[in-house]
Parts: sequence; C-alpha cells; structure tokens
Amino acid sequence: MTDRRLAWALAMPALLLVALFLGLPVLSTFGTTFTTDDGLFATYEAFFQSRFRRSVLWRTMEVATITTAISVAIGFPTAWVVARAPRTLKSLLIVAAVFPLLTGVVVRSFAWLVILGRNGILNGALERLGLIEEPLTMLYTQGAVIVAMVYLFVPLMILTLVGVLDAIPEDLTDAAASLGATPAATFRQVVLPMAVPGLIVGAVLVFTGSFTSYATPQLLGGERQMMMGTFLHQRAMVTFDWVGASTIAAIMVVVTLATVWGMSRLANRLNPVAG
Amino acid sequence: MRRRIHPALAAFAVVTFLFLLGPLIIIVGTSLSDTVFLAFPPQGLTLRWFENAFEISAFRRTMWTSFTLAVLGTALSLLIGIPAAYAMARYRIQLPRFLGTIFVLPVLVPEIVLGFALMKSVATGLDTPIYTTLLVGHALLVLPYCVRVVGASLAQFDFSIEEAAVSLGCPRWKAFLTVVLPNIQGGVIAAFVLAFITSLNDVSISIFLTGPGVSTLPIQLLAHMEQFFDPTIASVSVLLMFVTVAVMALVERTLGLTFLAK
Repeated sequence: MTDRRLAWALAMPALLLVALFLGLPVLSTFGTTFTTDDGLFATYEAFFQSRFRRSVLWRTMEVATITTAISVAIGFPTAWVVARAPRTLKSLLIVAAVFPLLTGVVVRSFAWLVILGRNGILNGALERLGLIEEPLTMLYTQGAVIVAMVYLFVPLMILTLVGVLDAIPEDLTDAAASLGATPAATFRQVVLPMAVPGLIVGAVLVFTGSFTSYATPQLLGGERQMMMGTFLHQRAMVTFDWVGASTIAAIMVVVTLATVWGMSRLANRLNPVAG
Repeated sequence: MRRRIHPALAAFAVVTFLFLLGPLIIIVGTSLSDTVFLAFPPQGLTLRWFENAFEISAFRRTMWTSFTLAVLGTALSLLIGIPAAYAMARYRIQLPRFLGTIFVLPVLVPEIVLGFALMKSVATGLDTPIYTTLLVGHALLVLPYCVRVVGASLAQFDFSIEEAAVSLGCPRWKAFLTVVLPNIQGGVIAAFVLAFITSLNDVSISIFLTGPGVSTLPIQLLAHMEQFFDPTIASVSVLLMFVTVAVMALVERTLGLTFLAK
C-alpha cells in the first residue's frame, strides 16, 4: 500500500464518524429549515418577525458579550499574576483554575443556585448583617445567569492567557522599563500587543461557549431568561416544533462560525509576529 | 532579579481565586450538613446525604450509565482517533491540512445543536436505539480531545525509531504497537481521562438523548434539582469532584497540568 493510501485508510474511520454523525445530521437539520411549504426563507422570516424570538437572540448575544467582557477583565490581571508567580505557586494556581474547569457545568451552576436562591446563602448572610429585611430575588434574572457564566468561563480565560503571557520574556518588559517606559506604557506597548492572540482565542471560547450554553441559563435563568440553547431545547422537546428548533440551531451555528471566522481574521491582522 | 507583582494586582488575583473556589467549598460544606435544606456553614456533620445518593435508585442507575458511557465512548473515540492522529503526524505531506479542522468540528459546532441533530436524524430518523445514539454522540464529542492530545504527543515522537524497527524487519502494525504506542502512552492516558471527564459531565448532547430507561447522571441531577432541593445533590456533586481530582492527578502524572494552559 502506498503511504498516501495508508494515511487515508488510517484517517478514514474518524472522518466517517464526523461525516455521518455530525455532517449529515447537522446539514439535514439545516435542510428542513429551507424546505417548508411557505418558501425558502420563511422560517427565518418568521423568526425575525417575532418580537419574542428576536428578544431571545438579542438576550443571548448580550449575555455572551457581557460574560466575555467580564471574563477578560477578571482573567487578564489574574493570568498575569499566575504567569509571573514563582514556580511552585504557579503550578498551584494552575491547579486551582483547572479544578473548576474540569468540574461539570451542572455542579458549578448548582453552586450558584445555592448561593443566589431566595433562602440561599447570600440572602441569609445579608439578612444576618441587617443589610436587607426581605430576601432579594436574584435567581431567574439576567444578572444571575451572567454571574454563573462568568464563573464558568473565567478559568478558561485564565488558562488561555497564562499560556500566552508566559511566552513574553521578562527581559522584554525589563528592557522597556530600563529604557524609561512607565509600567502603563510597557503594558500598552509591549504586553498587550503580544497578548492579543491569546485574548482573541479566549474571547472566542468564552463568547461561543456562553452563546451556546444550555444548563446554566436553564437552572439560573429559567423560562424568564430564555436563551438560544434553552429555547432550542424547549422548541424541540416541549412543543415538538422541530422546524422552529432547526431554525434556532442554524442561527446558532451561523453566529458561532461567524464569530470564530471574524475573530481569527482579526487575530491575523493584529498578530505582531505574522504582521 | 524577579520583578515583584504589584500588591493590588496580587490582591485582585487572590479575590479571583476565592471566587473560583468558594462556590465549590460551599457545595462540600452543604453536602455534610445535618439539615434537610442546604445550609452553609454546615449545621452538624453527617454523611447520610452520601448514603442517600446511593439509595436513590435513579442516581445509582445513572451513575452506572454515565460511567460506562464515558468509558465506552472514549474507548471508541480513541480507537479511531489514534490512527487518525498518527496518520496526520506521520504522513503530514500526504494528507490535506483541512483534515485537522474536520476533527475539531465537534467542538466548533455547538454541542446543543449536535445533540438536537443526532436526536432528530439518527435516533428518530433512523430509529437507532437511544443508548447507541448517545454512545455515538459522546464518541464524537470527545474525538477532538483524542486527536489533539494524542497528536501533541506524536508531535514529540521521533518517527525514525519506528523506521528503524521496520527496516530491521518488524511488521508495521507490530512496530506501531511495540515502538510508537509505548512512546505516546502518556498522551493516550491524558486523552483518555480528559475525554472521560468531558463525557461524564456532558449535558447538551445527553439532554436530547435520554428516554425511557436511559438517562445520564448530569441529566438526572438536573431533573432532581427541579423537584427536590436537599443536600443529596450536593453530595453527588462532591462525588463528581472526587472524579475531577482523580482526573487531574492522572493528567499531572502524564502530560503535566501546565499542558492545559496553552
């Protein structure tokens, strides 16, 4: 057998798995959205004409964007500290970030259910401190969903950024400082440009992850804070509107791929090395 | 000399890590509380919620389902993922580059979309049994981890050792099993445990593929939470955290956890 044939033969089972059980089902799902009796784009027109459905898409975009922004704001400084920490401490901090990351999304969302619930830990603490008289309603709000999502994705952001920040030699920042750059200038002109690729990867992971999440909005947002993932599930399994569910699925894929594509183009333009 | 981190920045990082670990500590605390509601700090200590978790047959059953599903799905994925990773590392010139992208498609396509599509086209459309579809879905879900992690290991491997074995008369398949595989063992083990934990924790695919008699632990936890709000869920969560610890220990011993920060 030639090398070429052998290579294809070895890769074939995995290719078939992806083609038959991901490619075909997903494409056929898209197919059903274009083959209704009302015309090619009828289901999409119906989606965007409905105020409720638009609001779900808009809310999902909003939650994903805010989650991404907060994750960057928390993750960047933390990753910097981790990257510059002495060896042992650094390993320990990485362990502390990996642990929540590998703990299931149900468990991590449940934790916030316990904290933010009406008789939850936060309300209990606030009452004991005399700051509130009546328990606050925190569950099933957009805030609750965002807090839990930030909690979900900050470890991912930290780990992505630690890898990139680690690669910035300390000599480089020292050199900038010795040439008279203020810490702020060093950050803006040396660290930030070199961290951009990592920031973009992290932002894509967090945005697409929160845009397509299901368990967290289901548990902490409920019906009131319907997001694309929970909406898809509700359409498919509660109302059995499979064409409607397929439309939601297609919109989710388009937004996800557009984000990945757009951000990787941005990364190429901003990358100082490839520049 | 090492530059000192600004104290404000260090304090910020401390707060972040408290935020990351606090909720998990709270779960551990509530799982031990001798109260029928979720209390933190725990009031009285008991292990009865752990007993309770095993007494509820739905939890016992789904623990077993989730465990076997994760093992079988990961094994299936490795069985086809290792040859694929090998082909891509060994015959880089002979294979087109877009293959790499195809193997990561399962993480690119939203999981919930994949779950729905599998339910619609495979489970319902082809009348495939739910468990089989679930198994295929999980194998797909973890394929990117298998191909990428094993691939990272293969990238470090010096294929001239394999060539040497083959040129000395060793059959190719035997050379792979006795020369290549032992050298990428660490990567395979790491891929296995990372894929295992991903499958074990999966919600978005499984939520569409549970039916009469078939459910997974995370889905059962979700269902339980909607009806009961007692420390049993916390105790199951703690059991899952033990699995996480075991996974982390294995990854640390094979690839090193810093592998995950890149």
